[in-house]
Amino acid sequence: MLDGTEDEEKFLAAGIAGLQQNSFYMHRALDSNNLRDALKYSAQMLSELRTSKLSPHKYYELYMRAFDQLRKLEMFFEEETRRGCSIIDLYELVQHAGNILPRLYLLCTVGSVYIKSKEAPAKDVLKDLVEMCRGIQHPVRGLFLRSYLSQVSRDKLPDIGSEYEGDADTVSDAVEFVLQNFTEMNKLWVRMQHQGPAREKEKREKERSELRDLVGKNLHVLSQIEGVDLDMYKDIVLPRVLEQVVNCKDELAQFYLMDCIIQVFPDEYHLQTLDVLLGACPQLQPSVDIKTVLSQLMERLSHYAASSAEVLPEFLQVEAFAKLSNAIGRVIEAQPDMPTLGVVTLYSSLLTFTLHVHPDRLDYADQVLGACVRKLSGKGKIEDSKATKQVVALLSAPLEKYNDIMTALKLSNYPRVLEYLDVPTIRVMATVIIQSIMKNGTRISTSDKVEALFELIKGLIKDSDGTSNDKLDEDDFKEEQNSVARLIQMFYNDDPEEMLKIIETVRKHILAGGPKRLPFTVPPLVFCSLKLVRQLQGQEENPFGDDASTTPKKIFQLLNQIIETLSGIPVPELALQLYLQCAEAANDCELEPVAYEFFTQAYILYEEEISDSRAQITCIHLIIGTLQRMHVFGVENRDTLTHKATGYSAKLLKKPDQCRAVYACSHLFWVEDHDNMKDGERVLLCLKRALRIANAAQQMANAARGSTGSVMLFIEILNKYLYFFEKGNPQITVASIQSLIELIMNEMQSDSTTSDPAAEAFLASTMRYVQFQKQKGGAVGEKYEPIKYEPIKA
Amino acid sequence: MNYLLGAFKPACNVLITFNDGKNRKQVPFKKENGQTVTVPLFQSQENIVGKVTIEPMQGKKIDHNGVKVELLGQIEMYFDRGNFYDFTSLVRELDVPGEIYERKTYPFEFSTVEMPYETYNGVNVRLRYVLKVTINRGYAGSIIEYQDFVVRNYSPPPTINNSIKMEVGIEDCLHIEFEYNKSKYHLKDVIIGKIYFLLVRIKIKNMDLEIRRRESTGSGTNTHVETETLAKFELMDGAPVRGESIPIRLFLSPYELTPTHRNINNKFSVKYFLNLVLVDEEDRRYFKQQEITMYRLQESS
Repeated sequence: MLDGTEDEEKFLAAGIAGLQQNSFYMHRALDSNNLRDALKYSAQMLSELRTSKLSPHKYYELYMRAFDQLRKLEMFFEEETRRGCSIIDLYELVQHAGNILPRLYLLCTVGSVYIKSKEAPAKDVLKDLVEMCRGIQHPVRGLFLRSYLSQVSRDKLPDIGSEYEGDADTVSDAVEFVLQNFTEMNKLWVRMQHQGPAREKEKREKERSELRDLVGKNLHVLSQIEGVDLDMYKDIVLPRVLEQVVNCKDELAQFYLMDCIIQVFPDEYHLQTLDVLLGACPQLQPSVDIKTVLSQLMERLSHYAASSAEVLPEFLQVEAFAKLSNAIGRVIEAQPDMPTLGVVTLYSSLLTFTLHVHPDRLDYADQVLGACVRKLSGKGKIEDSKATKQVVALLSAPLEKYNDIMTALKLSNYPRVLEYLDVPTIRVMATVIIQSIMKNGTRISTSDKVEALFELIKGLIKDSDGTSNDKLDEDDFKEEQNSVARLIQMFYNDDPEEMLKIIETVRKHILAGGPKRLPFTVPPLVFCSLKLVRQLQGQEENPFGDDASTTPKKIFQLLNQIIETLSGIPVPELALQLYLQCAEAANDCELEPVAYEFFTQAYILYEEEISDSRAQITCIHLIIGTLQRMHVFGVENRDTLTHKATGYSAKLLKKPDQCRAVYACSHLFWVEDHDNMKDGERVLLCLKRALRIANAAQQMANAARGSTGSVMLFIEILNKYLYFFEKGNPQITVASIQSLIELIMNEMQSDSTTSDPAAEAFLASTMRYVQFQKQKGGAVGEKYEPIKYEPIKA
Repeated sequence: MNYLLGAFKPACNVLITFNDGKNRKQVPFKKENGQTVTVPLFQSQENIVGKVTIEPMQGKKIDHNGVKVELLGQIEMYFDRGNFYDFTSLVRELDVPGEIYERKTYPFEFSTVEMPYETYNGVNVRLRYVLKVTINRGYAGSIIEYQDFVVRNYSPPPTINNSIKMEVGIEDCLHIEFEYNKSKYHLKDVIIGKIYFLLVRIKIKNMDLEIRRRESTGSGTNTHVETETLAKFELMDGAPVRGESIPIRLFLSPYELTPTHRNINNKFSVKYFLNLVLVDEEDRRYFKQQEITMYRLQESS
């Protein structure tokens, strides 16, 4: 269509040239006050607007030029009347023009002066003008002509307070005029689509779209008329406009005009005329994007409601919610082909509206969701990504509004809407929910709520039927599960019994989660339970009598079961850690058998499941650390456990690890606050054993690599010696320390030892400590006094 | 040239004046030679009173067989050139045969002259009123002087003046209903009306209202009919749809119209028609012609 546009440029240029030439002559006539010539040349000038060869866009350019000239002509007419020319004669004179388009442009121009002169009532002139304009039935030319009429008459409407308001002229005449012009313009605009060949329909629709503001301007003018009060809007303006909108049966026009109505008139008018406005919606063409229209309306009303609390009673008074809700229902019924996106968008907007206007009416929100569910039912999962987005928006709205998931949980239809989402989106939604809880620090305090909440986020809790998570990104999965873990921490109730119920509920749900999730979900649950245990521990035992179901014992049983589930998945280290945690808690509850049981479980895991040597090291240290703090065990049990632990330590693979584990075991025999657990001899035994292992390690290193390696282990053992020495273990003597120091010195000075700055620094700081203790004086100083140490001379 | 003209110069100046010439309304009048002059305006039953002044050239005398003034109403057919038909002829003798030596003035009067027809200047026919002064000279040829004047007759507004209303159409193609507010219009009238589209299946480009004048002269086989379009007034631009109604407002004053003349002295008729023309996009014309009667209304001044 390149030629077409080129031609068009040519036509436009020709049109402009013709226009300029005639306007030149017109100006000359104006300057010489030659009315007859002025009329002649202005009519010729305006004849350029008779062209059919320009697209609306180009035509507009031409029109604007003519418009400027007409302003000057209008001024001339005004002067002319001041000079004594009768405006009535002038009004007749311009009508002598043979061509209708120039005639009407001139008529409108003179008409404007006529109204200003007040020689005739404004309404009569306006009525005449708007009637005469019927002569232009060509859509583009008609639209521009009427747009011109609208333009020149805007400030001359007999509005309230306007100087043109007379006894005979009332605002209803002004409204009538604008409405009529609007109606005619809309007709022309709608008709445009039928003109010309069918193959250019798309292009024409685009051109029409460009012209829409010409039509919409009228509505704007209407909204600007002072005298259009609510009554008049309700009784005259809106019904007339809607009648036109509905009857034009044109998709483009209906959508644009509905939008226009909503945007240009005040909110309170909309509120008071909801019935009428909404009543029109189902009557629109099925292809009209009504969802956007209604959404806009609801959005506006929502803003209006949010703007001031004073207006809220109005909303109640007119039952805005019920009306909107009904209207949406009717629209959806009237448009059976409406895509899911449309349906959801509508409900989403309605929900937003409800939340703004009736924050206290949760049942409304629930109704909306319910209605949405009904519409979605039978359509299966939503596949359209835009629709999905809308559902997410729909579901997020209550969360955002109430900042409280509890409210959302009360919405019984909430989870039912969720069901229509596809799996990834359900997960996203669940994350959103959890984030909301986190952000607001909402405590979830009853098992019912927990139940409901898990129902909502079940996308995260377990695999949905028949779909796999293969596609899911590992990081995302971790992120999600971590958020679930955080969520579990948010469950809390002061009442232990209820709390236990919560725990049981959570357990029920997370156990369904499968091996991939358990490592994430079990720990928080365990800690949650332990929190409860600690809480009970603080209280008197069994404050509710024997019947009380919530005892630490019971909880520990439960915990045992929970942790056991981890055995199904190879996460023994985690399970072991959890067992140890439980054991410690049991210890605090003075429940020896329970603690013993947990330890047993931990040991079993250690023996059977943990084979990786690194893991073993970590675990053995954990075991030792935990066991050291256990005070509940009797001598026998303790012996068994410590013995085992020491045994495990000695069996570690690498010598240095063995050594470290063994010297750590020494602490098992010396618990500071418990005198019955101070066995100096066995401490020494452990340390000596450690020394032996360290020796062996060095020899092995020597044999294998030809260098004895680090003296690190010795220094570490020395530190243990010093510790127990300071704690008053009688078996640790100055002599033994002294000899150990000497040993270290010798080792360090021997040629075969590679120098190790870290070891040297460690030793130096150890010796500084000794020095420091000496200088302290007193009992400690005396104790350290005998230890001698000669720093190495490098 | 001047001296040649001087040679054939008439022997005297003849001047015809009207007594109320100063006050009487003058109207433009187109002479045969195409020049427009202003001449006095009369209507039927008026007295035509004036003077004829004869002024011989310096030092000349005029011998004559009598002086007379005639009031003639003539119809002239152009295709029958030179043949005047006088429907009115009144004579006043001004002087008996004798000699005129010096300027001499003769008053004359035609009282309540019956002038039933209006002055008309058409395509093929002309109706004119003229005062003809003849100085009869036997041998030297008579000296004749003419003075045209215009006659216009006014009619009262008709008592019955129905609107013209009609539904016309082409089957399954176009049906319209049009209405003109009157059937009889005076010359400065305004035609008000509307066209209502009942059915539109053709793509109309525009619609005009034409004023046509049909002048028929002669009679029988010798009839000449001439039709002129005096006005072409665009009523509508673009294609209307069913249900549209287009207003008509046509001011007649800018056009040079005459009253309708019916069978003037069995010589000619002048009729007016409103022709509604619709033009479609293929430039086909659809039209409907309606006669209207034009009349001259007394202008209230």
